[in-house]
Parts: sequence; C-alpha cells; structure tokens
Amino acid sequence: MDWAALRVSLWLGAGTIAILLPIGVWFGRLLAIRRFRGKLLVEALVTVPLVLPPTVLGFYLLVVFGARSPLGQAFQTLVGQSLPFSFMGILLASAIANIPFVIQPIQRGFEAIPSDVRDAAACCGLTPWQRFLRIEVPLAWPGILTAAILTFAHTLGEFGVVLMVGGNLPGETRTLSVAIYDRMQAFDDRSAGIMAATLLAIAVATLMLTTTLARRVSLPRG
Amino acid sequence: MADRVLSVKLRQPAPIPLDVEFTCDPGDVLAVFGPSGSGKTTILRSIAGLYCPEHAWVQSGADTWTDTAARTFAPPHRRAVGVVFQEYALFPHLTARENVMTALGHRRSGERKARADQLLDQVHLSEHHDRRPRELSGGERQRVALARALAREPAVLLLDEPFAAVDRAVRRRLHDEIDELQRTLDIPLILVTHDFEDVVRLATHLLILEQGRSIARGALPDLTSRPDLPWLRESIGLGSVFNARVARRDAERGLLALSFDGGTLVASEHALGIGTRVRVRIAARDVILATSEPQGLSLHNALPGTVSAVNADRALDHVVVQVAVGGVLLLAEVTRDAVARLGITAGTRLYALVKSVSIGVIPESGA
Repeated sequence: MDWAALRVSLWLGAGTIAILLPIGVWFGRLLAIRRFRGKLLVEALVTVPLVLPPTVLGFYLLVVFGARSPLGQAFQTLVGQSLPFSFMGILLASAIANIPFVIQPIQRGFEAIPSDVRDAAACCGLTPWQRFLRIEVPLAWPGILTAAILTFAHTLGEFGVVLMVGGNLPGETRTLSVAIYDRMQAFDDRSAGIMAATLLAIAVATLMLTTTLARRVSLPRG
Repeated sequence: MADRVLSVKLRQPAPIPLDVEFTCDPGDVLAVFGPSGSGKTTILRSIAGLYCPEHAWVQSGADTWTDTAARTFAPPHRRAVGVVFQEYALFPHLTARENVMTALGHRRSGERKARADQLLDQVHLSEHHDRRPRELSGGERQRVALARALAREPAVLLLDEPFAAVDRAVRRRLHDEIDELQRTLDIPLILVTHDFEDVVRLATHLLILEQGRSIARGALPDLTSRPDLPWLRESIGLGSVFNARVARRDAERGLLALSFDGGTLVASEHALGIGTRVRVRIAARDVILATSEPQGLSLHNALPGTVSAVNADRALDHVVVQVAVGGVLLLAEVTRDAVARLGITAGTRLYALVKSVSIGVIPESGA
C-alpha cells in the first residue's frame, strides 16, 4: 500500500474542492440567474473538459503550464518552482478538469429556486448577502453538495490529466490511480489490488455520505 | 396619515409598454384590473423595486423610492413594502413562523419569534406555525404570505393575484380578512387582479389597464357607472357598483330592503343583519327602462330617475344609458330601437326597472 499516494490523492481531492467550490457557487449562480450575451458559448466552454479526452486536456495544460508560456514563467518567478511535474501543477490541472462537475450541478441548484422566492426575500428586507446565505444557499444546497462529491470522486479517479501534467513522482504527483497503474506495470498485483480496494471503499463511502446528506437536506423540503 | 400617500408614474415604450400614473391614499384599496399580459404585475414590481421602467417615479409619503430623472433607485430591501406574491413565494425550507421572522429583521432578535406568532394569529393562522409551506393548505399558505408581508410594517401593501390559487370558499374568507386588515392598517393597498369579484368586494378605487396603459381610473362607483368603457363591457359586462345599507329584512317573504343614496332597493334574501353595509352591483343588461311607472308586474324595483348620459357608439350593438337615481348612477343596456321608441336622450325622466334577484349584494365585513 502506497500511503504517500493515498495522501496525495486525498489532498488533491480536498484541494480541488477548496479551489473550485467558491468559484463554482459564484459562477454557477451567475449562470443560473443572469442573462447575458454569449451565455450559450460560456456554458459550452464550461462543458469542454467533460468531452475532451483527458490526454488531450493534459497536453494543452502542459503547453499552457510550460516554462515557455507566460503562465508557466509567471508561476516560476512567483513561487520559484515549475508547474509541470509538481503538486501545484496537478492541483491546477485537476481544478480545470473538474470545472464542469462543479458548475453544472450548482447552476441547476440555483436555477431550481423560483425567481419569486428570491424577490420575496428582497421584499422581506434581506440584503443581497443575507438573501444569498439564508435563502439561496440552503435551497441550492443539494446542488452544491453534489458538486463537491462529484469533484472529489472524479479527482480520485483522474488518471490521464494527472499523468500527463504531473508524471509519476512519489509523494508529489503520484496519486493512488497512478500508483495502481505503476504497480500493475511492475506485476505487483497484490499492492495494486489493495489500492484498488481502497479506492472502491472510498467511492462507496462517498456515495453513502452523499445519500445521507442529501436525504437530510431534502427531507424537510420534500 | 396623508404623509403615506403612494404616488406612482411609470412610462416606457418597450419591452413591456407602460403608461400609468396614479396615487393611492392610506386606507384606500386600488384594484389594478386588466387582462393577463396587460402589465399589472410589472406595475407592482416597479413599486416594490424589483423592476425599473425607463421613466419612473415612485414616492411613498416623504420617501422617494424611484426617480429615474434624478437617478434615484432604492433597492427592494430598503423600501418599506409588503408584497404577497401570486404563488405566495414562501421560503420552502423554513417553517411558517420562520418565514414571517425573515421579514422581522428590523426587530430585536429576542422579540422576533413572539411577533411572528402574533402576526400569524392576526391573519387567523393560530396553529401549524411549525409547519413548512408544503405541509400547509393553499389558504394557510396565503395567510403566511400575508403575515410575512405585514411583518415589515410596510408603508404600502401590494397583493398580486392573491386569490388565484384558492377555491371560492377560502377566497371569501380571505376577502373578509383583507378587508378587516385594511381597516386597521391605514396604508395604501394595491391589489392586482383579473377577477372582478375581487374588485367589487375589496376595492375602493379602480385602475383599468390595457397593454400597459391606464384607460380609466377613479373611485369604484364612478368608474363602474361610466357608460363609455367598452373594455369593461366586453370583459365582465357593464354594471354599477355602489354602497347601500340593510334597512329591513323580511325572511318570510325572502326579501331584503336596502337603502341607498337614491331610495330603497328590494333584493332577494341574504342572511344579513339590519344596518350591515353592503356593496350592490346591478348589471346593465338586467336593467329595463320605462317612461311611465309600470303596473301589474312581479317587479319590486321601479326606480325613478333622469337620463344623465347616453352612449350610442356605432361600434356597440346596444345603447348604454346612464340613469341618475338620486346620487347613484345606474347603467342600462337597451336596443337602439328602444331608445328611438321611447325617445331617450339626456334629461329624459324615466323608471329603471330591476328584478330583485338580479341585484348582487356583497356584504362589507367588520362594518
């Protein structure tokens, strides 16, 4: 069992959620309630990572993160470390790959709130922030929760993008999924089996947690 | 009291055409009446600050809420406005009490719960305060919405089709409650509706809207007795609405005598006490005109009056005759032939004949 890989995987999952959830709530809500020109295009762009083969996405991210790109150079100067083949690199790549998994459920969650209910909250004297925290977030909660769980599960399983951008550095970019592949290549079936079972257990546990939380949230509302 | 008058001017060519201007005094109920899509709800939204037309001016007492000329626009949460939305728009994740408490942000947190319960009791929802909207009936939800609208201690109360989603029995009870509330609140109340029963029951004033433009506005008896409102004629049929009082009740013969500003009317029996104030509506189609007092008819009401206006517009298939009976103006719809035969013109003295069963009697509660 590669504990370092498990740690990298869990940190990657948690980090991706931490980066994406605030952005997802802000942007998903925007897409749900605002009408603006080019909205269809934006919605299509948001979905692109979903349909793009992970290796293709990984390739482009490598190009964008690379030492010759402005982003890669800026990161190098600021952090003193290159993005490709680092944890920061796979975290950023994971965040980009997971955009559709976060935005879409959150957008649907906010879309499900009738506009009358938002108007009523304003007419009750609630400021925009109070409306957001006391009315909108509780009502969109199932969508936000789904987004977090999907992202976490998807990050644990992400293979192509991580391998392309991060390679296979132990303790840095080797996630559990990559480690399983690595072990299989070395004919170490036993280790691969343990780690596969671990991922399976985590997946089942996440699903059970989702169901429980979703039920607790939706029970009072029916 | 006069400092809480609501004044509204709204004008824009598109996307929703609007051209209205009105005021509403505290204690008055202004019904905004018109077909769906005529801009009724947009007017309410403009008052609440949920919408801002191109040219708009909304003033409540001394507070200017919207003035597009001066670039003034107060957001909805800074306007003392209570709104009952069409489908109530209750917060589904909160209980009835919490729904009302949401609008009590101006109160100290310690007293909100008690105040919410008090408001719910006031709208006659004495139980189920802990239930969520989906566990309440339509009428109960309506009451929660009303309590929530009142919780802000609004300077204006706006009701958007508040009875559309409840059955007739509940509707009658809610009519009574809103009527009762209006007597105690003393603020302007704007009621948007497409059901004339609501208007007759609750409104003191009426604004008739067609494609965003107000085609008539005024006190209810004045407007309903105008012979020249084709729109009103086509939609609900013309008919005067005026106030009366129960003078006598003859349960044995099934009759009710109503005194009004112009004499006495006999209507069919209603279980109403003597002295009860009522609203009377007489449809123009149910009024017959006679130049002499008829004899030998089953009729109870032969009201002597004078023709005050005649609308013989060619576009109409009938002639609308307005007859002054004392201080009340009745409308009668008669054929062109009848007008010619009887020689009816303005000033003609005649009798307006009304069957007692044709008189609509609507009690005003709490009076």
